[in-house]
Amino acid sequence: MDFPILSIILLAPVAGVIFLLFIPKDEFKLIKSVAAIALGASFGLTVYTYFAYNQTAGGLQFVERYPWINDLGVTLFLGVDGLSLPMLLLVTMIGFAAVFASWNVSERPREFMILFMLLVVGVMGTFVAQDLFIFLLFYEVVVIPIYIMVIIWGSSKRVTKEYAGMKLTIYLLIGSAFLLVGVIAVFVRALIITGVPDFSFTGLAQVPFPVDFQIYMFALMLLGFGSLLSMWPFHSWSPDGYAGAPTAVSMIHAGVLKKIGGYGLIRIALYVLPAGAQFWAPFMAVLGVAGVAYAAFAALAQKDLKYVIGYSSVSHMGYVLLGIASLNVIGINGAVATMFGHGVMAALFFSTVGFIYEKTHSRWIPDFGGLSQQVPRLAVAFLLAGLASLGLPGLVTFVPEFTTFIGAFKVYGGLAVVAITGVILTALYILRAAANTMFGPKRAEWDHLVDIRGPEMVPLVVLGVFLVVFGLLPSLLMDMVNNGVAPLVAEISDVLQIGGRF
Amino acid sequence: MSVNLSLISLEIATAAFGLALLVLGLIVPKTGRTGFGSLTTLGLIGLLGLSFTLWNNQGSLYDGIYIVDRYAVFFKQIFLAAAIMVAMGSMRYVDEMGAQAEYYSMLVFATLGMMVMASAGDFITLYLGLELMTIAFIILVCYKRLDAKSVEAGIKYVLLAGLSSAVLLFGLSLVYGLTGTVTILKVTWAFLTPGAFSPALLLGVVMLVAGLGFKISAVPFHMWAPDIYEGAPTPITAFLAAGSKAASFAILLRVFAAGLAGVWENWAMLVAILAGVTIIVGNLVAIPQTNIKRMLAYSSIAQAGYILVGLVTASPAGIKAVIFYSFLYIFATIGAFTVVSHFYTVTGSDEIKDYAGLSQRSPLMAAVLVVAMLSMAGIPPLAGFVGKFYLFQTVVENYLWLAFIGLIMSMVSVYYYLMVSLVMYRDQPADTTPIAVPYPVAVTLIVAMVLTLFIGIYPNPVAKIVNAAAMSFFMLQ
Repeated sequence: MDFPILSIILLAPVAGVIFLLFIPKDEFKLIKSVAAIALGASFGLTVYTYFAYNQTAGGLQFVERYPWINDLGVTLFLGVDGLSLPMLLLVTMIGFAAVFASWNVSERPREFMILFMLLVVGVMGTFVAQDLFIFLLFYEVVVIPIYIMVIIWGSSKRVTKEYAGMKLTIYLLIGSAFLLVGVIAVFVRALIITGVPDFSFTGLAQVPFPVDFQIYMFALMLLGFGSLLSMWPFHSWSPDGYAGAPTAVSMIHAGVLKKIGGYGLIRIALYVLPAGAQFWAPFMAVLGVAGVAYAAFAALAQKDLKYVIGYSSVSHMGYVLLGIASLNVIGINGAVATMFGHGVMAALFFSTVGFIYEKTHSRWIPDFGGLSQQVPRLAVAFLLAGLASLGLPGLVTFVPEFTTFIGAFKVYGGLAVVAITGVILTALYILRAAANTMFGPKRAEWDHLVDIRGPEMVPLVVLGVFLVVFGLLPSLLMDMVNNGVAPLVAEISDVLQIGGRF
Repeated sequence: MSVNLSLISLEIATAAFGLALLVLGLIVPKTGRTGFGSLTTLGLIGLLGLSFTLWNNQGSLYDGIYIVDRYAVFFKQIFLAAAIMVAMGSMRYVDEMGAQAEYYSMLVFATLGMMVMASAGDFITLYLGLELMTIAFIILVCYKRLDAKSVEAGIKYVLLAGLSSAVLLFGLSLVYGLTGTVTILKVTWAFLTPGAFSPALLLGVVMLVAGLGFKISAVPFHMWAPDIYEGAPTPITAFLAAGSKAASFAILLRVFAAGLAGVWENWAMLVAILAGVTIIVGNLVAIPQTNIKRMLAYSSIAQAGYILVGLVTASPAGIKAVIFYSFLYIFATIGAFTVVSHFYTVTGSDEIKDYAGLSQRSPLMAAVLVVAMLSMAGIPPLAGFVGKFYLFQTVVENYLWLAFIGLIMSMVSVYYYLMVSLVMYRDQPADTTPIAVPYPVAVTLIVAMVLTLFIGIYPNPVAKIVNAAAMSFFMLQ
């Protein structure tokens, strides 16, 4: 491709960061506008890319490739396919929306926006990198800005923000240590087998690794990516972390960052180590279903809105894990699409709760009631996100979850049924939370609340549009995802059939 | 035998420069001494320029006693870069200590000692360089004559360095006794014959590991480091942690990866265990520290453990990893210690809790400290990540446990690095006056930060140079 569109998408926020360094720190409006413009540019270009992607041709498009580290065979290899485009769309969308969700940050906004844009760049980079080394570079960039953002702008309710931030950081870093060992071992073994250093995903996928080795390495990667995906029992950072984090971080983190775990499992672990995936798939399925059930029950017991959504997101990630573990096109399609749908929904949810907290200084469900009469627009956002969370047909999450269950049911039967009951539990806790906060008798103490307006509406509009449009026209999402997943699964399918046990 | 003096022109020039500084210090009246810092910096930059002429001028002198290969030259450049940054970063600090000419002159002599170590081709030269460096450091460590801590550190360093030298010498003499030669190259040949291993050699290896382990502060020979790092003037701590350690690794590689390459399987496991223990102890003990110099001291112990990992396989890839890591380690260490030393000159404190709100008092210093520390922790996209990648890729096949220890402990180390960041970024400063960063200090900090970022994002140029250096290490054998 002549026009390096992916580089520009990546570099727009970096340019924004450099710009911000030269803006006086008390120009609040200007600072937020610069961030909005930079992330808006990325978002706009991504939307263009999404629709300009040639689905009939398929494969990697908008490819850019520059030699990077010769002796390790690393190339700066950027490209998108049907697997990464929805994720890229998700991160730029949420990034853009999150700036407006943080429009009222008045404490050190310049540092906030700088860190936030770095965070977004890191997440975007993981989805466009087609080289494992470059992927890793971006993968861990995100950890440190998040930590600093949590400890400065976070909130201490049930746990202190320092605790939440450190727990989140340490969990992810220890997970990534296992991942790193796996990656280094895979690289070295590939070098021994082929004699040519090559770090690209496609290059590594061609290497015939011994089965034992694959099983071992897949376990390491499952630990690394799984803890990022808040796989049960490595999920406990997630509710605490989201509760402590400022709104924008919760949005990005629940919306896309943990999806890097699922994306990495498919793109790297499954693609490069299919025999390992085959071995571990049943375990993944069990852990996934355990996560669905456990987190749904945990969510039922919560009274803090952020904890409800936090556990709910752990529960939804169980579906993703189950979908991936089905190892067939339909299941993985469902998993990827679920990640997208859940991302939009979770971001909207967290931004809504963020606004509620900002206006009332409370997230405690018993404190509320009848808010829909005082803040109707917020109530719309809350309900939209809530209904998407329980998978209402017509919203973006329905078709993906349905697909996941179809894919999983073929393979795991009974387990899938257990997972489906998770949907009922979700409806229970979401509707209960909605009823207790938004409906019921009006409370006089909230009469002074001002509904969201102006820039605050942007997250609702942007995310809401995607929730509805992609829900009504699911092919927009599903065709794209299928375009990425089908060839990937086709490539590994011979391995999966040789040792097939089902 | 004709001697190609151009090969040692760098050492000659360095020695002359050091002496000139000493003499100048006696001539120039006390009031005119403030220029010594700049003069030293300029002189060292000139020497660094000179060193580039040696890149394509390789050879050995006096029958292998003195080796000038790219490996040695690259290490010398590392030392010079470290010395330049220390000289620049310490100008303010030294102004306040007074009597500077000797300080800078000793700095140059310590650098000379390191250069001799990097080029040493036999045990005697090696020892000579080591002692030159150590004696210069002893003087520098207790340079704050009126500060009890500094003097105590100096005395501790004399005693312990003497002890470790004795152990090292004993080890060297055992190897000499077994092979009948002190030239490393000939030692290599002597051990290449099968069955060269003997109990006496084992004793020798243990002595060598102990003696050199002291210099690189590997556990269990690390006890001196925190005390001395804490007591010494901070710029010297930086030089001790960065330069002295890198130089000791230079000879460690010569002695083990070259000299004892033939009996590799007999010492590989020993080094691997030492590396693992060093990484674990260094990182764990760093966690409860409240003094930033002590914390960085323990973290630098852990760093030595990481670098040792490269020695385990004694392969070209391992040598490359050691050189690469030493290079980036210099910038991270000196960057961090320069912040600490400047903070001390302004506030008079080394306690972590006094760093509260540093991000608002001086965003540059806070940013450099975070970048330097995270680079040591190996967080991408900073240089430390690439360095650790090179190091651990050498052991992942045969010593997987070591890779696990190393990578998990580096994530643990993020904990104590982040605790400092927490204080700097979250807390409101007790004293809100901004900290002015003078020009030379700012240059040092920015160079350290930019290089750490650059090497992390685009390591290719450095990787190429390091490759050439590592190749030359095996060429002369």
